[in-house]
Amino acid sequence: MRTNYLCEKEISGCSVAGIMSEEGRKFSGELIMKSISVMRERANGLGGGFASYGIYPEFSHLHTFHLIFENNRAKQLTEEYLKENYLIEKDEPIPTREQGSIKHPPGLWRYFLKFKKRRKEGGFTEEDKVVRTVMEVNTKIGGAFVVSSGKNMGIFKGMGYPEDIGRFYRLEEYEGYIWVAHGRFPTNTIGWWGGAHPFGLLDWAVVHNGEISSYGINKRYLSNFNYHCRLFTDTEAITYLFDLLVRKHKLSLEMASLALAAPLWDTIERFPDNLKSIARAIRLVYGSALLNGPFSIIVGHSRGMLGLVDRIKLRPLVAARSGDMLYISSEESGINEVSSSLDKIWQAKAGVPIIGELKCLSH
Amino acid sequence: MPISLILPEFMIERDDAKCIACQVCVRQCANDAHIYDDEEDQVYADSSKCVGCHRCEILCPTGAISVKVNRFQSKENANWTALVQRNIFKQAESGGILLSGMGCDKPYPIYWDHILLNASQVTNPSIDPLREPMELSTFLGQKPDKIEIDESSKEPELITKFAPQLFLEMPILFSAMSYGSISYNACLSLARAAKKMGIFWNTGEGGLHPDFYEYGENTIVQVASGRFGVHPQYLEIAGAIEIKVGQGAKPGIGGHLPGEKVSEDISHTRMIPVGSDALSPAPHHDIYSIEDLRQLIYALKEATRYEKPVGVKIAAVHNVAPIASGMVRAGADFISIDGFRGGTGAVPMVIRDNVGIPIELALAVIDSRLREEGIRNRASIIVAGGMRSSADIIKAIALGADAVYIGTAALVAMGCHVCQKCYTGKCNWGIATQDPSLTKRLNPNIATRRLANLLRAWSLEIKEILGGMGINAIESLRGNREHLRGVGLTATDIKILGIKPAGR
Repeated sequence: MRTNYLCEKEISGCSVAGIMSEEGRKFSGELIMKSISVMRERANGLGGGFASYGIYPEFSHLHTFHLIFENNRAKQLTEEYLKENYLIEKDEPIPTREQGSIKHPPGLWRYFLKFKKRRKEGGFTEEDKVVRTVMEVNTKIGGAFVVSSGKNMGIFKGMGYPEDIGRFYRLEEYEGYIWVAHGRFPTNTIGWWGGAHPFGLLDWAVVHNGEISSYGINKRYLSNFNYHCRLFTDTEAITYLFDLLVRKHKLSLEMASLALAAPLWDTIERFPDNLKSIARAIRLVYGSALLNGPFSIIVGHSRGMLGLVDRIKLRPLVAARSGDMLYISSEESGINEVSSSLDKIWQAKAGVPIIGELKCLSH
Repeated sequence: MPISLILPEFMIERDDAKCIACQVCVRQCANDAHIYDDEEDQVYADSSKCVGCHRCEILCPTGAISVKVNRFQSKENANWTALVQRNIFKQAESGGILLSGMGCDKPYPIYWDHILLNASQVTNPSIDPLREPMELSTFLGQKPDKIEIDESSKEPELITKFAPQLFLEMPILFSAMSYGSISYNACLSLARAAKKMGIFWNTGEGGLHPDFYEYGENTIVQVASGRFGVHPQYLEIAGAIEIKVGQGAKPGIGGHLPGEKVSEDISHTRMIPVGSDALSPAPHHDIYSIEDLRQLIYALKEATRYEKPVGVKIAAVHNVAPIASGMVRAGADFISIDGFRGGTGAVPMVIRDNVGIPIELALAVIDSRLREEGIRNRASIIVAGGMRSSADIIKAIALGADAVYIGTAALVAMGCHVCQKCYTGKCNWGIATQDPSLTKRLNPNIATRRLANLLRAWSLEIKEILGGMGINAIESLRGNREHLRGVGLTATDIKILGIKPAGR
């Protein structure tokens, strides 16, 4: 099915939600499922998913791959390929339960991987190698798709309304300190589990509501750095941009936001001098990374969570704090549903990132 | 045998009932196509001298004149057309190279007209440029691949140092046209309009008249094979320097400004004796290969203390992508690519009409090539060669250009009617001439306003199109070929352009 439309761009509207404890306190998936379920109107049952951080503490030093297999052959080929570079410490089916509305799930498997001891390859970090593995599996092994590839985190997604997907994956049984969720409203009917959000790479998990009109150049820009957008979704491009800017180019999330949702030139003119020169430099160098068009995104990573809306705020995003808890949601209802006592609640400003940072070091 | 077998190209028709014999046409025609007979008190026309510039037609106060193409009725023949026969007659009579002006006028495919643009519907909102900001600001010059910021202290600081950049209010520049090929007033108008609208004009190989020094910040000065007018102050005053290797209208050949055009003023500006021919050699005699180009680029950078961008201009020819890559690797801060429809003051017709490739294809392959090599950030791409409208410009930017040069369009804005007789020096519109009685016809105040109007109109149109696409900054369109679709193109064209066919 997916190959038929492979050259077409996927377009979708959506709901997004994220909940995090900055103290690193863990809580079950119940909360996020409740939050995203009140925004059911924003999804159409063609995709839902979650990302959670801190769920595999006993394997926190291992790269954890969540995989979708459309057939046994794909599983076999993937395992052969993984074994070339990794030791599979543990692998198992991702636990699921019968859920009436979830039909024909593909094979869902998780692997806890350790690098084989090898002589060092010049210039490549462990993360670079994981990225390469993910790209190889996703592009070369038909019917196999890496859903997530971080440490001590995982992405659970599929075809259905998000709350049904959550129950299907038994998320109430997991405990994490960050949860990110997505309900999808695609305008086409591609029945493919890998196409749901969040999109993941390493410990990045991105959920996204919107359409990026700059996709064409974002994609070409990324290919300069060997990121190849094969899924024709904006979310894939956004994920790679975060990986490039933050992990590879070592920009902070604040600085990366200045690139992805760049302030208008007029606004930059009014910045203090040092910030003016930085914002100007960022626009000059990362102009092709500017995400232009309506979007609101929530990005999860192992040290925190980020919410961001486009430079002229064409999509909604609300945030709230209560003690050490940070809530981000497409609609206020998604926050009110899960917290009755908020310290503050505010509308995201165009291009201004909402940043949640883990205060403790234990995770 | 008659002296000439050539029939007039145009027929001047005069409505005698309307003609009041005021002789405006006689005074306006530098080609003497109108003759006043004072005995009869009547004006006659010598159609054989008419070049079809329409000056008389437009200025005739009673509307008595119409200039029509003379379709002489030879036997129909797709091969031996009237034009082919005329050209052979001309050469049989003169024994010389056929000359022409402006760009190629042959009906080669114009790819711009086979590319359609995108707009937003439902899934993303279009943006109304009347309500929302639309950013056309463009920076030309070398950019680093990434930047480094020191965020250790409270006040983050930029560590990365930037190469010099040119700032443009919109992604348009006036193409190189020398003082000599066009008049003082035409140059002045271009310079003023560039300054007024926050863009650049380009001196061509004509040097920079001291009167124009005040527009230096908005001036790109050329260093071409003849080195005319190149001196330290010339480099010092400019906003940027462009090494001209080639020109779209005449790839592979040089230039020739006939001595009769080298007036006192032009002699000073070009630093050559009055009345001497200004011959620009076909090659630079110090550039016989890419490493020589690198030396010249760095010589100019050294001379200007690395304070201004140095670019290189070439004509779009067959292997343009690897050549462009070499130019970037040689250190050019911007590369200017001139397609085969680019204009000129004088050119052998056989070259103009048969050498080079369309800018659309050249641009597509250069942008792709530089990206594949990972060096697209190292230089900006400016394209030229028959850009006719804001639509052409927006398509060029979506294909991958940073900015475009407009030459002919700017001349037309000033009154040019594309009669292609620039090389005669008798431009009735006062543009491509040095004859004082003709140059004074171009009022620089009016011409400046017309140029600025054109730029304003195009920038408004570009903003409308961007808004329709749901984009509010020009950099999000640059190289964004997702917004282009081809119609009526072959699969090969589509592949080379790197776009999808309409419907997909």
